[in-house]
Amino acid sequence: MEPILKIDGLRKSFGTLEVLKGIDLEVAQGETVVILGASGSGKSTLLRCINFLERPSAGRIALDGKAIGAEDGGGAVRYSEAQLSRVRTRVGMVFQQFNLFPHMTALKNVMEGQVTVLGRAKAEAEQTARRVLAKVGLADKTDEYPARLSGGQQQRVAIARALAMDPEIMLFDEVTSALDPELVGEVLRTMRALSDEGMTMLIVTHELGFAYHVADRVIFLHDGLIHEQGTPQEVLVRPRERRTREFLEGHGLFRLPEADR
Amino acid sequence: MTGYRWDFASVFGNWQILAQGLVGTFQLAALSLGAGLLLGLLVGAGRYSRNRLLHWPATAYVEVFRNTPVLVQIMWFFFAFPIVAPFQVSAYIAAALALSLNTGAFAAEIFRAGIQSIARDQWDAARALGMSYPQQLRRVILPQAVKRMLPAFTNRGLELLKMTSLASAIAFPELLYAARTIATVHFNPIEAYTSVALIYLAIAWPLTQLVYAVERTLRRQE
Amino acid sequence: MEYQWDFTVVWRNSHLLLWGLLGTLKVTAAALALGLPLGLTVALMRLSRARAVSLAAGVFVEFFRSTPPLVQLFWCFFALPILIGVRVDSFQAAVMTLSIQSSAFFAEVFRGGIVSVERGQWEAARALGMTYRQLLRRVVLPQAVKRMIPAFLERAIELMKTTTLVATVAYADLLFEASDIAQKTFRPLEVFTAAAAIYFVVIFAASRVVQVSERRLARSGESTAH
Repeated sequence: MEPILKIDGLRKSFGTLEVLKGIDLEVAQGETVVILGASGSGKSTLLRCINFLERPSAGRIALDGKAIGAEDGGGAVRYSEAQLSRVRTRVGMVFQQFNLFPHMTALKNVMEGQVTVLGRAKAEAEQTARRVLAKVGLADKTDEYPARLSGGQQQRVAIARALAMDPEIMLFDEVTSALDPELVGEVLRTMRALSDEGMTMLIVTHELGFAYHVADRVIFLHDGLIHEQGTPQEVLVRPRERRTREFLEGHGLFRLPEADR
Repeated sequence: MTGYRWDFASVFGNWQILAQGLVGTFQLAALSLGAGLLLGLLVGAGRYSRNRLLHWPATAYVEVFRNTPVLVQIMWFFFAFPIVAPFQVSAYIAAALALSLNTGAFAAEIFRAGIQSIARDQWDAARALGMSYPQQLRRVILPQAVKRMLPAFTNRGLELLKMTSLASAIAFPELLYAARTIATVHFNPIEAYTSVALIYLAIAWPLTQLVYAVERTLRRQE
Repeated sequence: MEYQWDFTVVWRNSHLLLWGLLGTLKVTAAALALGLPLGLTVALMRLSRARAVSLAAGVFVEFFRSTPPLVQLFWCFFALPILIGVRVDSFQAAVMTLSIQSSAFFAEVFRGGIVSVERGQWEAARALGMTYRQLLRRVVLPQAVKRMIPAFLERAIELMKTTTLVATVAYADLLFEASDIAQKTFRPLEVFTAAAAIYFVVIFAASRVVQVSERRLARSGESTAH
């Protein structure tokens, strides 16, 4: 079966700084992939290239078999904003800082993309919004403004907002890093439920416990390249590469339960 | 627009009139700025003090001159003030009075806001060292506040430059009045006023660049 | 010799003064109505990624902020009619000058407000697939405008003060009427003082409104970034 996401030779430079140095990646439908790496390794940049918030400097990205962008005569790839807009409706993103629209209630936040971008009728959008908000456990907070919600609640609304667009892939960019520790759990539970339902997810996170229990595949990014990848067992418990080991040891809070070691 | 023959020669042929006007502009601006800053510092300190006798008149002055149009102030000093003034009020004196008092009121606000923006801790530290109020102001607070007030003051300077053109309404021979004279005598308002607009732009340009530069340096420092 | 104040002159001509005030408000309103949308357009031009466009807008703003409004008014009233061959009356010249001049200042307020909306909002909107237009209209401008309201009100008050310039081209605003009455009654002290007082009351009241709105916005966490 065709992978839902195929990345070939992805490179991204900011001025003279090359952040991604050639990423090749295939993600199958329904797969939950966790991306680990030190800061500066390029994890966020990788995610932001997939929904084209950053334009790749080189390489191709294909969604569901179709490559995005058109190659011009000279070998470079040209992207049209219109096509990228459409791609972004198929790839949902959840940010570290939630980025909810403060001038709209939770319900309106979740409806906004549906109405303005997908052109759905207000009534239909509202129904979907209520359904999705209920799914993330916030059915009673639909009429609250973001300022009145806790960090964990805001992040779940952000997840609902992305889900309401019926995306094929969901991207999570360190979505719990800005949360107080006691609020992290509710967001991770929501993400786990999504994964269990079969959503294709790419998750950048430092939550190694979550990665171990939920991921189908773990990728360790180092210096703009995939350094090691495999199942959680392979990468987290018995990493082959030295740098992977060093990184995991740096996150010393992660200890596997005795029985799993 | 086609067919109009531009004639800048008659404007530049009268460059002496323009030069005189420019001198008038600078004289008025310099005097008003100097007097205004001094006045603003005194009044600003007065507003900030807890003494009722100082606070209320200072506030009244500031509010009146900030909330009435400059042209009204100029006309008042030229037409109304002479009635009760014990001295002769020429166009220059009227304009200078109006612009100095106007600048003073805005300067007072800038001083007050600038001084207030310095954290209480600085005052406490200075007081703890045993400094008197004027010493605290001079040695600790003002040096810090001045940096922050610089953009606002430069803006006021720019405003003042533009306000001098209003003195033309009471026939004070500054730059715009010179342009008006040339325009009415030589029937070339387009060239006259365009030239003068460009001259103002040329003078204002370094000032605005200074403001941007100062703002940039401040942002980098903060 | 003690001056004999006589404010009856003012009361007798109060209807003319109020008529003048109406004239002031008319020009202010007209200039605002035109200046605001023009200011937004210029602000968006300045934010455009096309260098030529943003440069042109930048020059526009610099020019109209650096030249005295009275020069602009004289140009509009005396010079423009010759250039385009159409008569321009004082109201038209006033509104034209003041809308363009105020738009330069409004453009800066708009730009400051738009830029102050944090990056995350732009990204979230783009991530949903919004176009630049949709992003501005649905997410950025609603947030920007709320913060810019005090700055706008301040600019509007400045505009009201600047309208006094139109008295120099014989438009019947408050200052012109006061000037006229003062000449006819030989009581410039009372008349001009009364006119100044009227201006003060109107402008002071407007400033208070601005302060209240600033406090309200600060409380709701949406204070203006000055």
